[in-house]
Amino acid sequence: MELDPVLLARLQFAFTISFHILFPALTIGLSGFLLLLEVLWLKTGDEAFHRLARFWMKIFALGFGMGVVSGVVLSYQLGTNFSGFARATGNVLGPLLAYEVLTAFFLEAGFLGIMLFGWDRVGRGLHLFATACVAVGTMISAFWILAANSWMQTPSGYALVNGTFFATDFWAVVFNPSFPYRFVHTILASYLTAAFVVIAVSAWWTLRGEHKAAARHGLAFGLGLAAILAPLQIYAGDLHGLNVREHQPLKVAAMEGLWETTRGAPLLLFALPDPKTESNRFEIGVPKLASLILTHDWDGEVIGLKSAPPENRPPVMQVFWSFRVMVGIGFAMLCLAWAGALFLLRRSLERQTWLLRLLVWAGPSGFVATLAGWYVAEIGRQPWVVYGILRTADAVSPVPAGSILTTLLLFIAAYTVLLGAFLYYGAKLVRHGPDVPEVASVPPGAGSNRPLAATPGNL
Amino acid sequence: MPALDLPLVAALVLAFAVLMYVSLDGFDLGLGILFPLAGDDAERDRMMNSVAPVWDGNETWLVLGGGGLFAAFPGAYAALLPAVYLPIMVMLVALVFRGVAFELRFKAERSKAVWDRAFWAGSTLATFAQGVVLGVFIQGVNISGHDFAGGAFDWLTPFSLMTGVALVAGYALLGATWLIMKANGPLQERAFVWARLSLFAVGGFVAVVSLWTPLASEAIARRWFSWSHLPWLAPIPLATGLLGLYVVRALARKQEHGPFLGSLGLFFLSYVGLGVSLFPYAVPRALTIWDTAAAPESLKLILIGVAVTVPAILAYTAYNYWVFRGKTGATGYH
Repeated sequence: MELDPVLLARLQFAFTISFHILFPALTIGLSGFLLLLEVLWLKTGDEAFHRLARFWMKIFALGFGMGVVSGVVLSYQLGTNFSGFARATGNVLGPLLAYEVLTAFFLEAGFLGIMLFGWDRVGRGLHLFATACVAVGTMISAFWILAANSWMQTPSGYALVNGTFFATDFWAVVFNPSFPYRFVHTILASYLTAAFVVIAVSAWWTLRGEHKAAARHGLAFGLGLAAILAPLQIYAGDLHGLNVREHQPLKVAAMEGLWETTRGAPLLLFALPDPKTESNRFEIGVPKLASLILTHDWDGEVIGLKSAPPENRPPVMQVFWSFRVMVGIGFAMLCLAWAGALFLLRRSLERQTWLLRLLVWAGPSGFVATLAGWYVAEIGRQPWVVYGILRTADAVSPVPAGSILTTLLLFIAAYTVLLGAFLYYGAKLVRHGPDVPEVASVPPGAGSNRPLAATPGNL
Repeated sequence: MPALDLPLVAALVLAFAVLMYVSLDGFDLGLGILFPLAGDDAERDRMMNSVAPVWDGNETWLVLGGGGLFAAFPGAYAALLPAVYLPIMVMLVALVFRGVAFELRFKAERSKAVWDRAFWAGSTLATFAQGVVLGVFIQGVNISGHDFAGGAFDWLTPFSLMTGVALVAGYALLGATWLIMKANGPLQERAFVWARLSLFAVGGFVAVVSLWTPLASEAIARRWFSWSHLPWLAPIPLATGLLGLYVVRALARKQEHGPFLGSLGLFFLSYVGLGVSLFPYAVPRALTIWDTAAAPESLKLILIGVAVTVPAILAYTAYNYWVFRGKTGATGYH
């Protein structure tokens, strides 16, 4: 069998970036939670907030470390795997990535040490400042990288000369048509992901009757946030969808499994799209609903896949089902968050073991929805790397397929070990829970003398 | 007034970023290389604690190197990385393992030894791979048009393997002299021994590279040995030799800061020497910095960002080091 270097280069990049996104998805939201806890601790002086911050900072440190090391990989993989892309887009996207390093990565890294290890070395105000810098840094990082990604989806502010992009207006490059939607959608996703992790851990403690104060706070913050953000996210997703329909109609056609351009298009609940026959098998749908959602009109027109030649269409099956997974989980998160918040308000959540169990199982939901959403966005962009202009097949490096396959296997092996280690040590931290106060009179920030808290790794 | 030569300025900025990376991540990778030589677990804890709050910032300079090359010299980024595909991938995976070891080692109990080994192997392999890439960079790559046109194993030469080992010795020297500053007692005594041994090795490698490079490349020989250049360039090897002697003496006198600063100086001078050999190539002997530079408006935007942010970055990085100054205690930073 002939190995296809284009497919392998894509698979390798898809694998490493999928692994990477799990960690920013957690840490962007979690850093905001840590910031909130530290502010509350400083304002109220309540040690419970401090202990909770110290606990979640350990999880944060674990996730952030994973994110950093898997992120460094990506900054070189653009060139190793997609040198054609790098050469063509360097003028436009290069400055965005350079600004990400200069304004975000250094800020995060520069204050992470103080945030994790500096509790006793700097004052409380300065520590709060370091935490804020890290939290803001994660947002700035998302800003630049999502601007670059969005430009690949909806390029603007450029001129194309002999196959090379030149920026004519950097403002238009950064604030390209899909960027504001993608940014809001992604940040909300990260906050929801972190909220459901906090909820799951707290629900698990509650079920076991352990770490009651930490569990109560975690449920209150997590469910409160999720109950507000989940509906906002659905609304933001809807707006994003309208934006995609305007700029990438074929992506929407793949999301909806729509082959013919149709007025009053149905919303398909189930279907097996088949590119060979250019039709769906086992179709189950709600008539006219897709048109209503996408055009806000029962008889609105939705572009079908067959409006473009086959070589310009994205892979339908993957986009269609990833979209359903994302939306399905999104609505499930909304139901769970509202149910949880309702019982929380009635002060009876601790007795609803069925719901607590569901909430534990929903812990990874944000990660799955985030990945599914990215698959919709990125597989839906195919066969283009810069939408409508540069084909992915023309962007890969002149590297033999064997090299790519070997290193792909290397990454799979390495990241499997890593994910296992993350889950194993994360579970260990969760089982151990927050450190209980040893002596009531320990001044805030003085730390404790217990051997478990004596090494920086235990932060 | 002549217009500013933007590619040249960008090349100097990028060279500065790489120098920062080599100096800073150099010593924390060096600690990883020396890790198995520590006397016991407590010493390994202290070695790791001495860099735990700063390693992430140190490694960020590598991301600036990669991202900066993409941004300022996309042509060089696109031509070089496929040429060193396998060593770069090995370096990245190795950095992953040594990076997570910082987090996981302290959380492990039974499996602590696993992460000890990951830290050592990851640091050593990453350093070796960087040295190999350096060797490839000195030797030049096979370019046709503006793309890499060689094979998957072009990077594998006696010279690049030698520079790989040389960099391991170099980072070990930085790691050992860093530890002299941060440790005391038996660990510091050990660090003095490690520093002497690695300095000896580094001296040998610097000499070999200095002779091998001009012998292997006529262009480099002409640059160093032509009479008109000699007065300008002769001070570089001279100063390197003198600084080497200074570090030997500082180690013999058991000075705490001199060896590290002197070793940084040795890296700086070797780096300048390489710069002299390779200027003005972005892809040695094939494409210059002007051939591969990004468009002027892109370079301008990048350089404005650099001018605004890098002073701030240097300031808060220095502050971070200041917060964690002094000897690293046995119990870490709590």
